[in-house]
Amino acid sequence: MTSRTATMTLEAFADTVIPGCKRFPDDPAICGVSDDPGAVEAGALTVLADPALGLTEALDGMAGLLNMHAGAYQRRTGAAVDPALPAFVALAFDDRTALVQELTDPAHAERDVWFGAALFCTMAFDCAPHKHTVEAMAEGHPGLRLLGYAPPGADGQWGFEHFSYGRALAPPHPDTTPSGSPR
Amino acid sequence: MSAVERTDVVIVGSGFGGAIAAYHLAAGGARVTVLERGPWLRGEEFDQDFLLGTSYTRIFDFTVGDGMSILGGNCVGGGSVVYFATMPRAPRFVFERRGSIGRRMWPAAITRDTLDPWYDVVGEALPITPQSWSDVPYAGGLFAAACAHSGRTANPSPSAIDKPKCTNCNWMMAGCRVDAKRSLLLNYLPAAQAHGATIRPLHEVQRLTRTSEGAYQVHYNLVDDSDYRISRPGGVIEAKLVVLAAGAGATPVILQRSEPDLGTMPAAVGRYFSGNGERLNTAVIDERRAREVLGLDRGDGRAYEAYQIGKGPCVANWDRLDGSLPEYSRYSLEQLYFPPGLGTVLAQVPGAAGPSWFGREKKEMLRRWRSWLTVFTMSEDDNEGVFGPPPPTGNAERIAQQMLGRGALRYRPTPNTLRGWAESDADVKNILERDGIAQVAPWTNDLVGAYTVHPLASCRIGDDPATSALDDRHELRGHPGIFVTDGSAVPGALTVNPALTIAALAERAAPGLIDAARQRGVEVTHGAPPLGGTRVRTPAVSRD
Repeated sequence: MTSRTATMTLEAFADTVIPGCKRFPDDPAICGVSDDPGAVEAGALTVLADPALGLTEALDGMAGLLNMHAGAYQRRTGAAVDPALPAFVALAFDDRTALVQELTDPAHAERDVWFGAALFCTMAFDCAPHKHTVEAMAEGHPGLRLLGYAPPGADGQWGFEHFSYGRALAPPHPDTTPSGSPR
Repeated sequence: MSAVERTDVVIVGSGFGGAIAAYHLAAGGARVTVLERGPWLRGEEFDQDFLLGTSYTRIFDFTVGDGMSILGGNCVGGGSVVYFATMPRAPRFVFERRGSIGRRMWPAAITRDTLDPWYDVVGEALPITPQSWSDVPYAGGLFAAACAHSGRTANPSPSAIDKPKCTNCNWMMAGCRVDAKRSLLLNYLPAAQAHGATIRPLHEVQRLTRTSEGAYQVHYNLVDDSDYRISRPGGVIEAKLVVLAAGAGATPVILQRSEPDLGTMPAAVGRYFSGNGERLNTAVIDERRAREVLGLDRGDGRAYEAYQIGKGPCVANWDRLDGSLPEYSRYSLEQLYFPPGLGTVLAQVPGAAGPSWFGREKKEMLRRWRSWLTVFTMSEDDNEGVFGPPPPTGNAERIAQQMLGRGALRYRPTPNTLRGWAESDADVKNILERDGIAQVAPWTNDLVGAYTVHPLASCRIGDDPATSALDDRHELRGHPGIFVTDGSAVPGALTVNPALTIAALAERAAPGLIDAARQRGVEVTHGAPPLGGTRVRTPAVSRD
């Protein structure tokens, strides 16, 4: 297992979790089922490898395990694959998806591992935990941008001057106490 | 460290249970040491930043169990620093709950009426104030409008937020930079310090032992400031009285680990854990229908698109807080914000054809994130949680340097709990899918089990020794001089946010702590001045 193989395999996993567009025409890791960047370009591999999260040492092994599962999946389903690619990378997007569903099923023995990896890939996309958020916003981080996460003020802090419809929108419960609690 | 320090009282944990006990004991003249396993951050040290290692991950813990994961505070001030400061009182029927034990779960001495004066004290001290509709952010307004549209009521919730100071940034889980959130860092803890209490952060208590004189020795580790996986033996402090307030996910673990030295624990230590019956649904709002059906307009052309704006849950629906309904069918629904990061992965795509929590459709759901609205159910669960053998240190085997660990809690929801969740899911759907306002799906429980931000009842008060670890004065049965005043003492789910009830119980327990300390030779008196003014009269002190 080379680290390039492991990287490509884990990128393919991240692209299954939050799919993106290909970075270049022959990008094997990213299936390209989406029109804009996904977890890989959002920094999933950097997050997975962050020593703060505790998976760093396990990543090569995880990639090998994922390819082993993918090989078994391919033999079981007869899915057409490119033998030059790592087994998981060789799968089509829907097959990658089906395999990740199997691996994260409540009954699967390795569910914690693959859910943990999927959690970190999702976090890479939706909050960029490998970067200061102010910097991620300034760089146009693809996940925060897709969410429409509002930028901070000039001081780097968030706050919203306008925040309320400013009018009563429902009748209060009849058994509300003067202090505002249920009776 | 070989020398044993001595003090009058050691308090383990600095959240509501610990801070309130610390204040009353210190103000009465006792020497008090508070040991807190998390760091001590203040004001501008609270970052608005998702970067790993900032306050967002330093002060917050996510402990994965088998069937139940717990989110909680991990810092000086405990839950009060990371919570959303929503502070309703528990409804009257809660105190009459029987659960599955065939008798009233709460001690006979505690009813809503007897707890109300203590609620008043806390309300004055923090303080807690009502919210007007002008304080309610768009998300709460939208939920209220949808409740009204479906013939329901909705209330702005009382909160411990200084509204004029609040910037509605929704970074409350990372701590409040502008001190708008009235956490314990602004009231009970500095008051305790002013009376001489010492607070020691990054001190993680592992176990207690007893001396031949009947005092307790508290054994702690010192935790690394940034990598909580690293800890080293710290020392021992001897005290005449110990107050455990490490949180419902940690207090029973300390007692379990102490059992070989202290002797048999009550059967209810580490049992009857409640997740407060919590459940989340995420709705994706149809902006056009929000305008057409609910008549909402922000004044800038947008109907809503405001998930990010606000200060946590601000509006609640209390229609099912009806004491005449059968137990397990009563719950409140609260509009909630859950920031990006930990929770997003669990939100399911409404009506997904493929996988519901990841993949193509999840990305499309994220594209509409500004139009999300999360609804929080707090229901009556069945106290199903049981703690297994404790991990080597702390309450979890830490996976990440901060925030993420695996604990020993096992939780299998009973049909009662599942029914309550199903009824509330249907209710949320009925409110928000009516006339096409939104599409709704519950968060998945398949990946990390259920989850709670309000762990309770793992070392609870009660009158029945078989089903409660503590007597109605919060003293651990069979172990005089050990008290528990945190959420683990609450007998069961409250159907509302529990912080105010935990705090009121701690206030109610404080006179008893002082009595017990005096009986054990500590020079301490009653009568600490009430915090926050004199509008509320301190309830009469009980003297057994």
